[in-house]
Amino acid sequence: MSVESIPIPASREDRSLEVPVWQMRVGTRLSRIAAVIGVVVVLALAALPAIASRNLIQDLIFVLTMLTLAQLWNALAGWGGLVSVGQQAFVGLGAYALFAGIVMLGLDPVVAIPLAGLFAALIAAVLGPLLFRLEGPYFAIGSWVAAEALRLICAQFKSLGGGTGMSISPGELSQMVGLKTVQALLGLRPAAARDVLVYWLALALAVLVTLGIYAFMRSRMGLALAASRDNAAAARSVGVRTARIRHALWIAVAFATGMVGAMVYLQKARISPDAAFSVTDWTAYVIFIVVIGGVRTIEGPMVGVLLLWGLVTYLAQYGSLYLVVLGSLAILIMLFMPKGVWGEVARRRHVQLFPTQRWLARSR
Amino acid sequence: MSGFDTIIEGVLLGGVYALFALGLSLIFGIMRLVNLAHGDLILLAAYLVFSATTVLGVPLAVATLLVVATMFVLGFVLQRLVLERVLGDDILPPLLVTFGLSIVIQNGLLLGYGADSRRLQAGAFESSSVTLAPGLSVGLAPLAALVTAVAAVTLLQLIFYRTSLGRAFRATADSPAIAQLMGINERNVYAVAVGLSLAVSVIAAIVFGIRASFDPSIGPARLLYAFEAVIIGGLGSLWGTLAGGIVLGLAQAIGGRLNPEWQILAGHLTFLAVLMVRPRGLFPARRT
Repeated sequence: MSVESIPIPASREDRSLEVPVWQMRVGTRLSRIAAVIGVVVVLALAALPAIASRNLIQDLIFVLTMLTLAQLWNALAGWGGLVSVGQQAFVGLGAYALFAGIVMLGLDPVVAIPLAGLFAALIAAVLGPLLFRLEGPYFAIGSWVAAEALRLICAQFKSLGGGTGMSISPGELSQMVGLKTVQALLGLRPAAARDVLVYWLALALAVLVTLGIYAFMRSRMGLALAASRDNAAAARSVGVRTARIRHALWIAVAFATGMVGAMVYLQKARISPDAAFSVTDWTAYVIFIVVIGGVRTIEGPMVGVLLLWGLVTYLAQYGSLYLVVLGSLAILIMLFMPKGVWGEVARRRHVQLFPTQRWLARSR
Repeated sequence: MSGFDTIIEGVLLGGVYALFALGLSLIFGIMRLVNLAHGDLILLAAYLVFSATTVLGVPLAVATLLVVATMFVLGFVLQRLVLERVLGDDILPPLLVTFGLSIVIQNGLLLGYGADSRRLQAGAFESSSVTLAPGLSVGLAPLAALVTAVAAVTLLQLIFYRTSLGRAFRATADSPAIAQLMGINERNVYAVAVGLSLAVSVIAAIVFGIRASFDPSIGPARLLYAFEAVIIGGLGSLWGTLAGGIVLGLAQAIGGRLNPEWQILAGHLTFLAVLMVRPRGLFPARRT
């Protein structure tokens, strides 16, 4: 939250003046209060495993991982204009890379998580130039095809369970880095301690990704990205390297998405191609969160993930009907409240907790 | 002869994929809309035909007419009530709305019909075959699929280049603003285009439903095949789309011959290879 204002000289001659008349502002007083509250909430969440039940911890792992995926998709599609329907590719690749690392290379799971992210980023770097040849909406289906191809390729690896998948035995995970410490600290059995460890990792990643995207969107690069989305030709004409910035975003998002996939499947300890590359679980839910909360805001995915959590808790037992409700809700929101729940609140009340808009203000 | 069989099989399969692709290609060409629910709408049509033939008990031909009319109206209404509101410079809203629609239709079908596989009954037609050459016979149903695809492309080409509706389509595709100045009702043109797209999808659904069994979960895969056929063939050309469908069918048939698990993967990899080598497709339209 250090970026408060970017001083701009009013004219060339005025550069010697210490205080410019006009300033570009991003922060607000409310955003500084929100930052303090945010720190308190994160600390409280970090301390939660001391008192929370195992069920709540597992629910919160779901909430935090979905929040991270939603923030990433929002950055990619909302701000970057790269509407991918194939993000399940990187969840699946991260998950499979983790299992490959543990089973084939004997890596420690915690060490394997960032490596899984790197693997997803590597594949993204290769696929990116191909998929970017498809313009706008065709990129969406192209990314979906790529995800399907990767799912079918992963199903070919017999040593990773082929099409039916495989499990990792608890014994293999009992020597994990940090697990003994968590067990001793909270007095838990290995399985419960593994949930807590994954929970902390997921919390850390959610915070890092949210802050990273927030800082990026407030930076010059974020402005350049938005310009590339709104009008690529105009952006290029003022010196923005649109192709490079989009490619970098695509790879960075794949890296973090891969790590989320690795964490989710470290907690599940069971993998199959259909689950790890599921378009419903890893893309439809994520899109739902962003749409219902508010596209192109940092707060939107936070609101959206809490709404999804509520709907999952009360409606998931109804199976298909639940997905019909989710889909219809998303369509109605798109039609009548295109800025989402948070976007609507922000517009009516002028509330921004994580402001990314810039405006000119007379300096004090 | 097995190699030759595979090629015939692939070409005939391509006819079905081309039929999937025509509706998608049509509305993209006219209104720059990518309909992510396209595959699920094809399945909806297949289930409607299934219901018409089993519940109402009407012959397949009558059911076809009924469902073509229904889907045309559905497409028209869908455009006027839903899609029209989200079309614009921002590509995100239409994609998200059609993606939501895809999920609603897929799970709605699951609720209505269950997860069991179904198949359209076409009497003796589906199992009979014709002998093209000594030792080489082809199933009548797959052959009919290819013939239907060729007929559909021909018909759409005639509509596009020989009728006033087609002229309105092309004008609106080139410049909606100027088309409106010339007295074309842009809203109606778009609605008719979506209706026509769904009507063509009914034909695709029937041809597919006679050949193979279907269940509610396979919609997205139909969308992907349709899309691959469009891109492999090259944007902006309906004959290219037919060729793209055949290339995709061939790739899948050859892949499936090598290893049954590779059938679908071979299609996807061919698509990615075409994107790498010829990003504008194998047979792009001459005008840019």
